[in-house]
Amino acid sequence: MRFFQKKRRPYLPSYLTVTVISAGLLMLSGCGSDNDDDDMDTQVSAIYDVKVYNLTNNQPLTPLGVVIHGSAYMPWQLGGAVSTGLEMLAESGSPSDFLSEADAHAATVMSASSSNGPFGPGNSETVSITVDHSASLQLTVATMLANTNDAFTGVRNWNIGELAVGDSTSTMMRVYDAGTEANSETADTMPGPASMGGAAEGFNANRDDILDRLTVHSGVVTNDDGLTTSALNESYRWLSQAAKVVVTRTQ
Amino acid sequence: MTENTHSTTHNGFRKHSLALALATCFTTAFAASVTQAATWDVTITNLTNGNHFTPLLVTAHSHDINLFELGMSASPALEAMAECGDLAPLLATTDVGGEDDDTIANPASGLLAPGTSTTTMLDTTEDHLSIVSMLLPTNDAFLGLNSQHIPAAAGTYTYFVNAYDAGTEVNYEVLSTSEGCATDDTVGMIPMAPVINPGMNGTGLATMENNTMIHVHRGVLGDQDASGGNSDLNSTIHRWQNPVAKITVTVTP
Repeated sequence: MRFFQKKRRPYLPSYLTVTVISAGLLMLSGCGSDNDDDDMDTQVSAIYDVKVYNLTNNQPLTPLGVVIHGSAYMPWQLGGAVSTGLEMLAESGSPSDFLSEADAHAATVMSASSSNGPFGPGNSETVSITVDHSASLQLTVATMLANTNDAFTGVRNWNIGELAVGDSTSTMMRVYDAGTEANSETADTMPGPASMGGAAEGFNANRDDILDRLTVHSGVVTNDDGLTTSALNESYRWLSQAAKVVVTRTQ
Repeated sequence: MTENTHSTTHNGFRKHSLALALATCFTTAFAASVTQAATWDVTITNLTNGNHFTPLLVTAHSHDINLFELGMSASPALEAMAECGDLAPLLATTDVGGEDDDTIANPASGLLAPGTSTTTMLDTTEDHLSIVSMLLPTNDAFLGLNSQHIPAAAGTYTYFVNAYDAGTEVNYEVLSTSEGCATDDTVGMIPMAPVINPGMNGTGLATMENNTMIHVHRGVLGDQDASGGNSDLNSTIHRWQNPVAKITVTVTP
């Protein structure tokens, strides 16, 4: 079922049905609502602030790729090969091709990237997006761990449409291996600051990882743990999750 | 389903319009019921292979209290817990307010060994729960259940908990050779305590703290040199993966 036939026109029958039932219960319970957010005659703008905290020890996170969309858009799947746009994001840190792919999808409502460049450990980055509201809106966020070959962290198809104005919710973001580049950890192959003195290559269309499949990242080995050709020391490691994302609906 | 559905330790609720509307009504109509007393039987299980938990702090409180926040600086009281396993400064804060019916310190009567559990009971009118404890042997790793909402309905609720880095001490991975523990140093020693297969004469691993905010701990490194090397920790014993603790809360209204 296609929920979103066109961009920015997120009207859907199932959502309206739920709204009508909710409104009925509200009246029965004597709980009035002064917010006709779900009025079927007028389209309401919603603003979502998407804030990502870098919770790694020593991995800059590259500019955020943020997409608000319907459920038909699925930016990646574990076990599947990633798109070229996501490969670009995971290897070079540039979200532009990933977002162009999203924009070309019928279910995408709006996409945006953060504008301040990479942000380091202990810092956060916020993207604010205005869309026509729908209860079925989903959020996808992706950002590369810069001192890796092709690791990215993110969340996809996260339901945010039912957040009330003023409410926020959060989740932790785990780290994935795009599966498009061998995890050599050399200074010639990673774009981040740990590759100082090396070629620090970003995107390379050649897919030379052992599997061309998206997996949960096993972490970096580092030269402190015996990978003598690694440009990384132990400070660049992480466990399981690299970031926390908080989404707040401000309007 | 998304693969992220089960990755969250906090705020994991998926709201639906109907449920949200009902919840709003219940909150309005039956506000008094929110403050009804309940008994929580809280069980904490150490899921690590080779790390002890220092005395646990188990405290119920209102939604607006956070003992720590990811991405923010640790308070001095949290630092004392994370570096030295010392709960006294946290207990002295107004947010915690000392031991009482719904704040229990040290339920295991000492260290909680790997693979073991401890259970304690809270009588509370609150609806949020926090649990913290230091992982030994580490410089400043702690497990944290952070202001988790506990449902009022009878039932057993399970939460899995990460290890976090307080960001206050360099992960030097050298064991102290004397009693005591200080928080007024950036490069501190790991407290002298029962350690499974301790090493000695480590020359020190990390030399700086890259992220001085509370973050997801990258894990200890250790090595296989028990009488030297950089680290006094053992790489095949003292590492962990998240989650490091399982917490079950059985609510009896």
